[in-house]
Amino acid sequence: MKNKKYLTLSGLEVLKVTPETNFVNIGERTNVTGSRKFLRLIENNNFEEAVEVAREQVNGGAQIIDINMDEGMIDGVSSISKFINLIAAEPDISRVPIMIDSSKWEIIEAGLKLIQGKGVVNSISLKEGENLFKKYANKIKRYGAAVVVMAFDEVGQADSYERRIEICKRSYDILVNEVNFNPEDIIFDPNIFPVATGMEEHKNNALDFIRATKWIRDNLPYANVSGGVSNVSFSFRGNNVVREAMHSAFLYHAIKNGMNLGIVNPSMLIPYTDIEDKLLVLVEDVLLNRNEDATENLLDYAEKIKDSKTTKAIKKDEWRKDSLQDRIDYSLVKGVDKYIIEDTEEARLNSKKPIEVIENNLMHGMNIVGDLFGSGKMFLPQVVKSARVMKKSVAYLEPYIEKDKKSSANAKAKILMATVKGDVHDIGKNIVSVVLACNNFEIVDLGVMVPPEKIISEALKHNVDIIGLSGLITPSLDEMIFLAQELKRNNINIPLMIGGATTSKAHTAVKIHPEIDSGLVHVKDASSAVVVVNNIIGNKNKLYFDEINKEYNDLRDGFLERKVLKEYLTIEQARENKFKINWNNEKIIKPKKLGIEIIEDLDLNFLIEFIDWTPFFRTWDLHGRFPKILEDDVVGEQAKILYEDALEILDKILNEKWLKAKACYGIFPANSLGDDIEVYQDEKRDNSICNFITLRQQTKKASEIPNIALSDFIAPKSTKINDYIGAFCVTTGFGCQEKAKEFENLNDDYNSIMIKALADRLAEAFAEYLHKDIRINKWGYSSKENLDNDSLIKEKYTGIRPAPGYPACPDHLEKKTIWSLLSVEELIGVKLTENLAMWPAASVSGYYFSNKNSKYFGLGKIKEDQLIDYGKRKNISLDDARKWLKPNLL
Amino acid sequence: MPPHKKKLKDMKNPSILKTLIRSKVLVLDGAMGTMIQKLKFDESHYRGERFKNYDILLKGNNDLLSITQPKAILNIHKEYLEAGADIIMTNTFSSTSIAMADYNMESLVHDLNYESTQLAKKAVKEYDSPYKPRFIAGSIGPTNKTASMSPDVNNPGFREVHFDDLVVSYFEQISALVDGGVDILFVETVFDTLNAKAALFAIENYNIKNSVSVPIMLSGTLTDASGRTLSGQTLEAFITSVSHINLLSIGLNCSFGAAGLFPYIKKMSLTTDLPISVHPNAGLPNEFGEYDQSSGQMQNLIKDFLENKIVNIIGGCCGTTPDHISLISEIANDYNVRKIN
Repeated sequence: MKNKKYLTLSGLEVLKVTPETNFVNIGERTNVTGSRKFLRLIENNNFEEAVEVAREQVNGGAQIIDINMDEGMIDGVSSISKFINLIAAEPDISRVPIMIDSSKWEIIEAGLKLIQGKGVVNSISLKEGENLFKKYANKIKRYGAAVVVMAFDEVGQADSYERRIEICKRSYDILVNEVNFNPEDIIFDPNIFPVATGMEEHKNNALDFIRATKWIRDNLPYANVSGGVSNVSFSFRGNNVVREAMHSAFLYHAIKNGMNLGIVNPSMLIPYTDIEDKLLVLVEDVLLNRNEDATENLLDYAEKIKDSKTTKAIKKDEWRKDSLQDRIDYSLVKGVDKYIIEDTEEARLNSKKPIEVIENNLMHGMNIVGDLFGSGKMFLPQVVKSARVMKKSVAYLEPYIEKDKKSSANAKAKILMATVKGDVHDIGKNIVSVVLACNNFEIVDLGVMVPPEKIISEALKHNVDIIGLSGLITPSLDEMIFLAQELKRNNINIPLMIGGATTSKAHTAVKIHPEIDSGLVHVKDASSAVVVVNNIIGNKNKLYFDEINKEYNDLRDGFLERKVLKEYLTIEQARENKFKINWNNEKIIKPKKLGIEIIEDLDLNFLIEFIDWTPFFRTWDLHGRFPKILEDDVVGEQAKILYEDALEILDKILNEKWLKAKACYGIFPANSLGDDIEVYQDEKRDNSICNFITLRQQTKKASEIPNIALSDFIAPKSTKINDYIGAFCVTTGFGCQEKAKEFENLNDDYNSIMIKALADRLAEAFAEYLHKDIRINKWGYSSKENLDNDSLIKEKYTGIRPAPGYPACPDHLEKKTIWSLLSVEELIGVKLTENLAMWPAASVSGYYFSNKNSKYFGLGKIKEDQLIDYGKRKNISLDDARKWLKPNLL
Repeated sequence: MPPHKKKLKDMKNPSILKTLIRSKVLVLDGAMGTMIQKLKFDESHYRGERFKNYDILLKGNNDLLSITQPKAILNIHKEYLEAGADIIMTNTFSSTSIAMADYNMESLVHDLNYESTQLAKKAVKEYDSPYKPRFIAGSIGPTNKTASMSPDVNNPGFREVHFDDLVVSYFEQISALVDGGVDILFVETVFDTLNAKAALFAIENYNIKNSVSVPIMLSGTLTDASGRTLSGQTLEAFITSVSHINLLSIGLNCSFGAAGLFPYIKKMSLTTDLPISVHPNAGLPNEFGEYDQSSGQMQNLIKDFLENKIVNIIGGCCGTTPDHISLISEIANDYNVRKIN
């Protein structure tokens, strides 16, 4: 295999243990020495149910299954043969590799002759001398299996750091040099022994294992380390709270030091970060032997929490009832939350542990949801609703599962999500997070405006599998590039996902991809996020990234080639080819009133008719024009339900005044001077209070087609004609954050996203409403206009309201000019972040141009000469200028 | 004198093959069965003189023709060599005691393999030259029984054949093939990886016992569009499961035509550093069960493999004829070989 230096196993599918795999969980339930239940089933010849035990384990996340039939009363060879042959007929079990676990060679060999995949033998050691060790190793090699080597020799089991490394080194040298065993096929088990036994000599048991692990990984190339984790907490049998904490803390340290496989019962784990602070300190004191009284202290503490927690945990027998599961599935798939609490309670009462309700009942339903969504049979809003039901149920279970709000024990992968520094837009990010969480991925959501150093430190701290970055404004693109560079500089190999309205596959391929060594994928929309993540964490991720890399390289090459083809004018040539207006024939309407105005609290009812619903549906991944979309064959039904839900929330927004609509705007005397627009205090026009710096198209056009800048739409100073310009900022975002938070606290992501999406729509509607009011009344240049909303959306009116950061004027810095001109922050409280995103997010700002020739256009790419000129006009350094205009630079 | 000394003398030095495979795309021969079908042999042809009074119908036992119609088999080999094949496969696909049990011919296994190899050897002798060395690959089929699956739906734990049975049976075939003088052992049309692992285990047994190292080619076959083997493994799982063996090449054959196999071979070339072989069918069978992809059509499809540099050995399976191999051989050297690490 390519990269053959990683342990690679197979059942029906491949399991490759790479550094990215982090930790491979070996299922231990099909082991007669470890599970009384399994032993009983085998003894009673009830193989049918024994197979179910294997299935549960694989479904529960076991990536390898350990099979052990070492019991005096059963015939090991015939039992293991029968069992392996039976599970071979179950593709959902036999997809994972098999670990043949026995101390008897004849059982091991019988097993090896039955598996078509590449399995693991557990275990051999030097216990019976070198000759036998070599003989077995050689046979295992010939059968094509990997091997677990116990730290055990002729003298006995290794019980100190020194003995562990001595035996492992000796075993390794024999295997690699004498038997020619592939080093990556060696898995050391350096003995996990109990701590806190009260015996002095056991105090370093955990620490020695962890240190030996590190030594092995540092000194025995390509070898792996495994162990049975539950041993470590043996002294605390009966106290699951302490045991879970010990397992998690032990794993945390062992994995950090290189342990990459292990036998762990997923239901006996809690997330490391969720271990109660006090308990964690006590547990780590014991594990790492940090102080003399560590054992005493933990025992005391354990006594105290014993009564309160474990009595509830140990309860009931079998819980599964078909009808109950069906009800839960229905609730999840349909997004009905009405009965979920009582069903959850019933499931909880039927479960041994409350966490099993999540792992079994809820995940069963969510898997159906995931499959339906993945196959296009369910749509985003439904999935978000399903998540709401799931969250409600989990919230109900929470007190029972202590502090743990979600089982992360069997989460498929951990994903960090963040809106980058200087950006406040999080609807898309939240949707993706919800969809991923629904698919059993653990999400670490850092929120909005997250600085790169925080993204990196949190990614490392939480040991995430993937980092997802989102952004809506163009400066966010540079933040993403910067983060990619930082990852590379710090040698962090966590795959990166890029998403958000301003991002694109092209930008990702051309600008971010060359900056990063770890995997990189642009995620088009929420629906593709799950596929992308599954590919990233999947066994075939190398192949996946190879394909992506190739695609991005091709895209980049193609882009670079294309780029050469386009011709550009110098800025002087472009200015000569400006958009020409015969100003003497122009009829310029003088505004009814000049100066700044405020709207404190507009009745939101005015905005309803101005709402453009099409983008709202797009937010939810439902594509099509409104209102036609409601009748769409594919998404129509779902669109209708979403629309009704939206109207319901909108009704509440209006009646209960959840949101506040504020605006400030102003119309000022203005004239253009070159590509600048001078804005004057009054009609004297003698000193400008600010200059809007506009940018001019520089691509070479066909004849007769001008190179436009916004300044072309304002009469030049030299004409002595009195012209005007307006500026505005509207917001409907105040109140949104609080309301969204309220929903989140009720575990209602659906409505949390809903209110943000509606606030965005209302802000756009407000901009539309105000623009109309400006045209007809406040400025009054178009007083006879009477257009319906459809025509508004199609921009049939006279004049434009371009917004900084959008194609005609991509320079976000212009917002600063508007802010100071209108005193936006002082008057209505809308702020600008460091990267010039508006806060609250549901805000719109821009200019007003009244000229009948004015039109929207895209700036396209500009050349270095205009950049230098722009920097001078703006009075900023070339570096700063470059930073802000980067997306538009050639 | 121990018998293996003679064997070694008969076998071409494996390093010739290993060098050659790095420098050019090697051409494998085409279908044996299709060519036999064209001869329209009846029961009496199959029986020949020797089995005139045999008490089981023998029509369909193609491997037996190496004994009863040796000239026909020899001619087929020659036609493929004439067409430009670098490697020809012996007529021994089913020459194991397990597969021959259907004809009660377990005791003939040595003769079948030995005689078949001798025929191939005779043919190669005429065409072999230092400028274009020709090789004989001993064809080792999957047998007609499977070690990973139960033939009885109601008894999923049951197995018709066991690893140990397969090892014994394959060992017998392998010994006779090497006795006869093959240069390569070709475990092909693998539908159950456990069967293949048994064949590979038997080859290693043979190598160890005789202190030799016969080059091994391995080729699997996929069931359907799922891209899995009949025993349920993904392509990657299949490759991983045999990664303990030092193979000359790994590849796919049968199941689809060249177009159908292309994506899987491409995937394979990304997954493994080993040389890759492919010998597809001449398209998919038509409604009469015949393969009607013309040699020209197939040549066009094979170009894709060569242009993409994803194969090192290329030939034909069901439905292919010397015409097909001739056109493949015509273009095989127009392209650079897939690089092997």
